[in-house]
Amino acid sequence: MSDSKLETKTFYDALNQNELIGSKCANCGHVAIPQRYICPVCHSEKMERLVFSGKAELAAYTVIYIPPTEMVNAGYDAKHPYCTGIVTLAEGPRMSAQIIGLDLSQPQDIKIGMPLKMTIIDRGPEGSTKKVLAFEPA
Amino acid sequence: MTKKLARGVAVVGVGMSKFGAFPDKTSRDLFVEAYKELKTSVQKGFDPNDIEAFYMGNFSSDQFERQSHLAPIVASWIGLSPVASVRIEDACASGGVALRQAVLGIASGQYDVVLVGGLEKMTDLPGAQVTDALASAADTMFEIPAGFTFPGFYAAMATAYMNEHNGDLDALLKVGIKNHVNGALNEKAQFNQTIPDVMAGKVAKAIQKGLPVPEWKDEMDFLRDPKANPMIAWPLRLFDCSPVSDGGAAVLLVAEDLVAKYTDQPIFVIGEGQASDGSLPERASLSHVPSAVAAGEQAYAMAGKTPADIDFAEVHDCFTIAEIMASEDLGFFKPGEGWKAAMDGKTARDGEKPINTSGGLKAKGHPVGASGVAQVVEVWKQLHGTAGARQLPGTPRIGLTHNVGGTGQTSVVHIFERRF
Repeated sequence: MSDSKLETKTFYDALNQNELIGSKCANCGHVAIPQRYICPVCHSEKMERLVFSGKAELAAYTVIYIPPTEMVNAGYDAKHPYCTGIVTLAEGPRMSAQIIGLDLSQPQDIKIGMPLKMTIIDRGPEGSTKKVLAFEPA
Repeated sequence: MTKKLARGVAVVGVGMSKFGAFPDKTSRDLFVEAYKELKTSVQKGFDPNDIEAFYMGNFSSDQFERQSHLAPIVASWIGLSPVASVRIEDACASGGVALRQAVLGIASGQYDVVLVGGLEKMTDLPGAQVTDALASAADTMFEIPAGFTFPGFYAAMATAYMNEHNGDLDALLKVGIKNHVNGALNEKAQFNQTIPDVMAGKVAKAIQKGLPVPEWKDEMDFLRDPKANPMIAWPLRLFDCSPVSDGGAAVLLVAEDLVAKYTDQPIFVIGEGQASDGSLPERASLSHVPSAVAAGEQAYAMAGKTPADIDFAEVHDCFTIAEIMASEDLGFFKPGEGWKAAMDGKTARDGEKPINTSGGLKAKGHPVGASGVAQVVEVWKQLHGTAGARQLPGTPRIGLTHNVGGTGQTSVVHIFERRF
């Protein structure tokens, strides 16, 4: 791989290039997201950068009515809630991300296990948006 | 190999401030209140000069009060300088971890008498800033950008739990009702009101203001009413969440061989355990807290006890789902049975495994750094038979405390035994 940097912030550098990255242990094969210098399973330091396919399924979710400041600034409130969740990537590990494109009027109808695909969204007030990882129904 | 404490450690006194919102008080004021109560609780009294170290749990006085390096200040405020004073930060488990460090300090032989404190002053900040401060206990680089809040994390765990175990969300409401029943009997609780008390209060207020009088069939009807109990993070509503609180709590620990100098009614620490974990997505299961299982197993092994030996427990119910998961993680109920136990009243004071007789974090309040220490205050009262109207029958012998930081990045468990 041309870019093998594992510094923590390279996760967001890659995301800005529409890539979701992690690491794969050359010794035991364990896949991690975000990327790690040291394998959390076998402690090997032979870590390679991995680009995820972006395919995933929903593992857990919530619909948030009382948002933190960053999401308030992005226009969300009790009348404009959003879904966030934990997804299981096709390559194995899980990641937290906002889930877009769902009907939030009946949160109980959102199905754990539903197939999702990665998307990058621009979040924040106009003029000062930032690129954020999200998933949407596949 | 089972680890044992190198020497015995006993609790000889406890105290806590009232929990609530106190605009005129700082965290040090609240700790002084707790410490003064502790002094009166030591049967034979004690000389403050006996105290050799102070371990203090506090999550974030930096964010809540713009004050870091708090431990020496608090130590000075109660006349302890120049003893070693340490602030311990492990999010909402700060208090339980401070307790554990004090236990280890005595067990090691380094100290004979140690004061444990827990304190937090949260209500000075506006609500959104409190939410942001609490969120800093999660991974701010990789979890918070997803839009998560702490109610959100536990809400997501609730969806995973209920999906995996085909559970009923009504079980969450039952936990809240039960903890308010207990909290109503605790004069120190932030909400010493039952849910029917809360309902009656709302009706009285409406009548007084000449507004339409709300009508609810029963507690469940009230808790399902989105106006009375608004959604915070689906499926968690307002009454599923512990409040933002101010408070302090204190525990005095002494080495086994010095106990008789202070009391004839000691409570011994017979087991302790602590474990850590990565952030929520990293875990194999999202429907329980692996670090709590590990901490519990360590504590049971050290104590030579099983979950069946525990007469009652104070568990970390920062959200109602957390109590259900704790009741399984600690082995009181099998995985998938915790929600049913809550529905069937098995965790009520007259149930087979009473949980959170104090009202728990839900009703007693959750000044985060104080919570793990305040749990010991309840264990002390129940084991001494001095819990008043909420006293368990038959004066229990063994109690357990379970204190969790974040979503389970830290868990700490202690087991206590009455030896008199």
